[in-house]
Amino acid sequence: MKITHIKKLLTVTGFILATCLMQNTVLAQQKNDPKFNQMMTDSFRAEGIAGLDRIQQDETQKFCSDPVSANSKQGEKMRDKIQKINMAGIKQPSNGKYIGDWKKGEAIAQSGRGATWTDKADVAVGGGCYNCHQIDKKEISYGNIGPSLTGYGKLRGYSQEVITYTWNRINNSKAYNACSNMPRFAHFKLLNEQQIQDVMALLLDPASPVNQ
Amino acid sequence: MQRKLTLGLATALVAALLTMTSSVFAQKSATDDIAKYREMIADGNPSELYEAAGEELWKKPAGPKNATLEKCDLGLGPGVVKGAAAQLPRYFADTDKVQDLESRLMTCMLFLQGRIPQEMIDAPFQRGPKKDMEAIVAYVVTLSKGDKIKVSTNHPKEKEMYDLGKRAFFFQGGPMDFSCASCHAEDGKRIRLQDLPNITAQKGAALGWGYWPAYRVSSGQFWTMQQRLNDCYRQQRFPFPIYGSDVTIALSMYMAKTGNGGTVETPGLKR
Repeated sequence: MKITHIKKLLTVTGFILATCLMQNTVLAQQKNDPKFNQMMTDSFRAEGIAGLDRIQQDETQKFCSDPVSANSKQGEKMRDKIQKINMAGIKQPSNGKYIGDWKKGEAIAQSGRGATWTDKADVAVGGGCYNCHQIDKKEISYGNIGPSLTGYGKLRGYSQEVITYTWNRINNSKAYNACSNMPRFAHFKLLNEQQIQDVMALLLDPASPVNQ
Repeated sequence: MQRKLTLGLATALVAALLTMTSSVFAQKSATDDIAKYREMIADGNPSELYEAAGEELWKKPAGPKNATLEKCDLGLGPGVVKGAAAQLPRYFADTDKVQDLESRLMTCMLFLQGRIPQEMIDAPFQRGPKKDMEAIVAYVVTLSKGDKIKVSTNHPKEKEMYDLGKRAFFFQGGPMDFSCASCHAEDGKRIRLQDLPNITAQKGAALGWGYWPAYRVSSGQFWTMQQRLNDCYRQQRFPFPIYGSDVTIALSMYMAKTGNGGTVETPGLKR
């Protein structure tokens, strides 16, 4: 008799604890708002290659849509978790090759095209790198949302550590910074393996103009 | 005729100079020069052509009811156009909705002229009924030029719309994880050479909200705020925001309210 009481008590305590824990995670993130969700559902329609699945957020997007809590102390654990999820999805090059052709890489870095509803599915998506980064000093039309990458390899060296880090960062920047502004190029298949190798070469081939 | 010619020449000049600028000069000067050209043709913004056409459409009987828009209530009473755009979006009791200029104009077209909003919603920008809308918008916003942005969130539905808009501003989606905030939440940022206003702060919001609708030199078109937002979402790699949908009105509310106190410079003149 007594034992069943204790069991019940334990179960109830367990439930309360679990609820508290759950609320903690909820606290660290924006509350679900049915009205907002309804507005988003009603306000968009599919067009061309841009389907409505594009506003179905994954965990990373959900978390980063509330920058105040994402950047808070409470958000720290969740940031780590998001980074781990994104890190886990990164694949190293299947042929073991990290460095491709920097000339092709430059073309990819220049192009900001692709993936909009006015683009066809077979249009190659650009890296759009110059939109946000300074890269080759000769290109004066560059954005500044991301850091400057001039002299990238020259400044950091060409060690395997630098190479792997850069590979990972281009594949999925959110593996290092949960809410980085940089697109997850491999995760969303914006660039394929060879294209990433080419962009790598732009940054890390000693012959690339970036390192002159 | 002569005016049209001058406008055409000015546009060609600006286009030519802009092309030169982007290839020859460095960052800062591009923005400075655009400001210079704005000044140069300030007396001849090509929006004037749209505005004149819009005034005509405003006063011309149209639709199944063969009525004009002259009794349209944009928030300051039936027929009051002067200053109306500066206080939009706002709550309207007759629709029980918060509306921006374009969704409100669709209501007026329905109530007064019997025109079905869906035809306007479905039309592509710059064509068919949208062409009329663009002209009417140019007419209405010109009559608020120089006014202060003064949008209210006193009504609970206005406050709700503002909150929804703020949330939408930070909502990430699509294959590039972009939200409006990816580009418009910090000072001093650029995409390539294009300066990006920080819309989360009063100054930037006033710059963004206060200069649209605008004549776009690069496309040779007059763009309403709905078209501006539509193209933002296209570049964000989102699906297509429906014309006059709540997300567009909510975002407008967030921008306008944040920019309150800034000056309405519409119709603007943009790259």
